[in-house]
Amino acid sequence: MSPSKPAQPEPLLSVDDLRVQFNTEDGVVHAADGVSFDLRPGEILGIVGESGSGKSVTAQTLMGLTRSPNATITGSVRFHGTDLVAAGEEQLQSIRGREISMIFQDPMTSLNPVYRVGDQIVEQIEAHKEIDKQDGKDRAAELLASVGIPNAKERVNNYPYEFSGGMRQRAMIAMALALEPRILIADEPTTALDVTIQAQIMALIQSLNEERGLGVILITHDLGVIAEVADRVVVMYAGQIVEEGSLDDIFYDPQHPYTWGLLGSLTRLDQPPPDRLPQIAGAPPSLLAPPPGCRFRPRCPHAFAKCTEPPELEERVGASGHADRCWLDPSDKRELREVEGRIGLEAPRAGEPV
Amino acid sequence: MAKGDPLLEVSHLVKRFPIKEGLLIDREVAAVHAVDDVSFTLHEGETLGLVGESGCGKSTLCRAIIQLLRPSAGSVKYQGKELVGLSRKQLQPVRRDIQMIFQDPYASLNPRKRVGQIIGDPLRLHGLASGSQLEREVQQLMERVGLQREHYNRFPHEFSGGQRQRIGIARALALRPKLIIADEPVSALDVSIQAQIINLLDDLQDEFDLSYIFVAHDLGVVRHVSDRIAVMYLGKIVERSPASVLYERPIHPYSEALLSAVPIPDPKVEAEREALVLEGDVPSPVDPPPACHFHTRCPWATEICSQDEPPLVDYESGQAAACHHPRNLDAQTISGATIAADSPETATDTLPSQAEREPAPTR
Repeated sequence: MSPSKPAQPEPLLSVDDLRVQFNTEDGVVHAADGVSFDLRPGEILGIVGESGSGKSVTAQTLMGLTRSPNATITGSVRFHGTDLVAAGEEQLQSIRGREISMIFQDPMTSLNPVYRVGDQIVEQIEAHKEIDKQDGKDRAAELLASVGIPNAKERVNNYPYEFSGGMRQRAMIAMALALEPRILIADEPTTALDVTIQAQIMALIQSLNEERGLGVILITHDLGVIAEVADRVVVMYAGQIVEEGSLDDIFYDPQHPYTWGLLGSLTRLDQPPPDRLPQIAGAPPSLLAPPPGCRFRPRCPHAFAKCTEPPELEERVGASGHADRCWLDPSDKRELREVEGRIGLEAPRAGEPV
Repeated sequence: MAKGDPLLEVSHLVKRFPIKEGLLIDREVAAVHAVDDVSFTLHEGETLGLVGESGCGKSTLCRAIIQLLRPSAGSVKYQGKELVGLSRKQLQPVRRDIQMIFQDPYASLNPRKRVGQIIGDPLRLHGLASGSQLEREVQQLMERVGLQREHYNRFPHEFSGGQRQRIGIARALALRPKLIIADEPVSALDVSIQAQIINLLDDLQDEFDLSYIFVAHDLGVVRHVSDRIAVMYLGKIVERSPASVLYERPIHPYSEALLSAVPIPDPKVEAEREALVLEGDVPSPVDPPPACHFHTRCPWATEICSQDEPPLVDYESGQAAACHHPRNLDAQTISGATIAADSPETATDTLPSQAEREPAPTR
């Protein structure tokens, strides 16, 4: 959000051509298909996409959580000279939680119900370094207090059921921060929470980023949340990045019709409502057999002959760092994306299959 | 939009769930005050948006309206006819007229039944169609809600979330109801699909002369569909308002906070906006804070808020709010306010103009 940040610092984390495939009974699911992006120090990178876009699989793969006999993972994830894709389990364990932490969507199921919250935080610390019991407990209380839990000294002895949803997510964040990691991966951290609590959690993540320089990968389906906190944005669709750019690129000069559709389908409470809510026709494709060529083609009202060839993720407009996967001529897009005075995706042409 | 006669009149509706303890004799030790003296009227052809966070009682209210849960007190009148106290048999014709759509399209469809059967069951059970006529009607319904009629024999798991919600809508439509209660119908869906479902519900309303009660946990979704909106907090309606006015000028601080919590997808606007972030969590409905339930989280609360329950007050804009310190109103509007006829029975009769106006504590 601060333009004063240096233009291109050395990335903290560099993902290159990451591919994750799962062998299932029905065939091979191409969950992430050639995903590349950098996370720069102190930045909040937003990854937006719908269910099945591959955003969570990508995040979990960064942490080595998708490894299984059924999974094929290729490409690289560079973090301080280590390739997290090739790293051994032991090496990963020394990074996971200590250097890169993750919080999940559902704080109800992420905590063990039969252990005290404080003990779970201590356990996290103990996994990486020796700490005596009292120190551990003090540290846990300190951490809970730092994420805004009142009466943290007493609260460390509570069980998860004694915490509300918002407090559990705060506890998860406290646990993730226990070893002062450099990167926090937040996978839909507010989706399961009430709106007024969502605002609290996003404010907390933002202050951690500003005060500690924590690099954050924020995964969400909500572009509104992104507008609030992110510095750069990656838009994913059907296992691929379809557009990537700065916050301003994505919101004020979006290049991919899917991004237009996402922007158009959002309700803006600060503007009078349109007569009809703009929608994206159809549904995302199956990742067992994604459509050939541009994957958004079957839902795109602007598709033309060339779209049967797969477009690469390239910088097609001047702005450096703003890349997209769309064959349309960038000079036509300004007009095409204008629907009823704002950015959106027009309704599909009659007779087109959706 | 001209609206017809009152279709549904809910007055002073209460639903408490007793918490019992004791081995031989069940003693009631406490109660969850899920719905606590709620009143509103729904007119024909109108959509009422019901908004509030988890635990505010919105789902319980829906179930108490159609008598799936028997209310503890109060009255629900459908077309002038009292529903509270009716037997199952007496309720049957009413249940044809009032249908529900549920939040979770994964959990609300029987996975062992074929789609045609799921949609056709209401028709069959009410003895309205059978055999090939039933199949034809179901297929028409499927087409109307945007499903392919060839998918008649498929199972729910073969459909995506959005399509499943269409199945739920087709099932609700089968009996040609007059009122559909949609309990968070799009909360579990992706944003691009949410718009499809909302537009579909909008079209069906005109085509079938439907009235809706549309429940949601944030103010973003309901804006499109609602004519009027009721905001609930801990079992009570804190504000009732024509939809258009609410978004411009919320009166209750909680409505204001809910509006503020919905992010605006425009980084420049968002950066300049001063968000009202509420502190703390929603208190337990077992032991809600005394007087105004919201005073523990309200940035403008004063002493009176923890002593006198504010009455539901009518303002000239057509809005009604239960707050001692209403927001976004001028002194004249406040002094012209009157206590609403259906203000909760436990509320005091202190009008906002009479509440002492000490400066709000700074936080």
